[in-house]
Amino acid sequence: MANNTTHTIEYRTLSKILLVLLFLTFVTIGVTSFHLGPFTVTVALLIAGLKSFLVLSNFMHLKYESLLLRILVAMVFVLFVVIVLITFIDYAYR
Amino acid sequence: MSEKAIHVEEHRDDEASKLGMWLFIFTELLLFGGLFLVYSIFRAQYPTEFHQSSLELSVTIGAINTVVLLFSSMTVAMALTAIQKNDQKRALIFIGITLFCAAAFLFNKYFEWGHKIEHGLYPGSDLMPLLDRGHLLYFSLYFFMTGLHALHIIIGMTLLIVCYFKVKSKNINDHDYVLLENGALYWHLVDLIWIFLFPLMYLIS
Repeated sequence: MANNTTHTIEYRTLSKILLVLLFLTFVTIGVTSFHLGPFTVTVALLIAGLKSFLVLSNFMHLKYESLLLRILVAMVFVLFVVIVLITFIDYAYR
Repeated sequence: MSEKAIHVEEHRDDEASKLGMWLFIFTELLLFGGLFLVYSIFRAQYPTEFHQSSLELSVTIGAINTVVLLFSSMTVAMALTAIQKNDQKRALIFIGITLFCAAAFLFNKYFEWGHKIEHGLYPGSDLMPLLDRGHLLYFSLYFFMTGLHALHIIIGMTLLIVCYFKVKSKNINDHDYVLLENGALYWHLVDLIWIFLFPLMYLIS
């Protein structure tokens, strides 16, 4: 059917992604239980970023979507980072 | 009946429906994004208070809920795979598992919140105004953000229950499954938000 452009993702692939996500979750818990100081936040956020990338690209099928949609999603995250940066610069130089 | 009458033009545009769902998801991401921004600013201002308050939360319950949500995110993706393969029975089972996980998540949340409320810690309680500013901000954000997230779980469940019955009545089938696709997207959004909420609220010290 021409209307359905979605790629079918196999069960096996989906379960592999879940295993990676679970592994990363336990890595986050492990890493944050050591007190790495300011690096804890960075590491936790980096892993969360990686996890969300996996969910977006596989579970949410972005890997197989049009370039337009992928760019739009990326722009939302870029927009958020810009907002955070501008707000923090504002607070830092008050 | 002539061949022509059977092939009636369907007024359907799945691409557009999906794009619409994504635009809605963008607004949701920025809604929670704004809250994460508020959280980060206050966390930068009151690092010790935020750390002390976060110790009050149970990492075990948080971790269990994370696993539950990640698992349910996979099962809803599998429900879509099943419907694409025209496997109605499996699709129903997978949506059922997802709904069960959603209920389990809320059940855990009920006990987690209940524990706090028992100790007089809830928005509008007599205890809250007595806390210093850092602790007050942390717990206000905790209740607001996890509360808003739980509300999204309930909305997602409603959407998936609708999908369940539509799959059952074959209104969602291997030729027309965009509603399940959008329902699944919403469910993944709920998972996506929790991926950030869990480390920020429960873990970071």
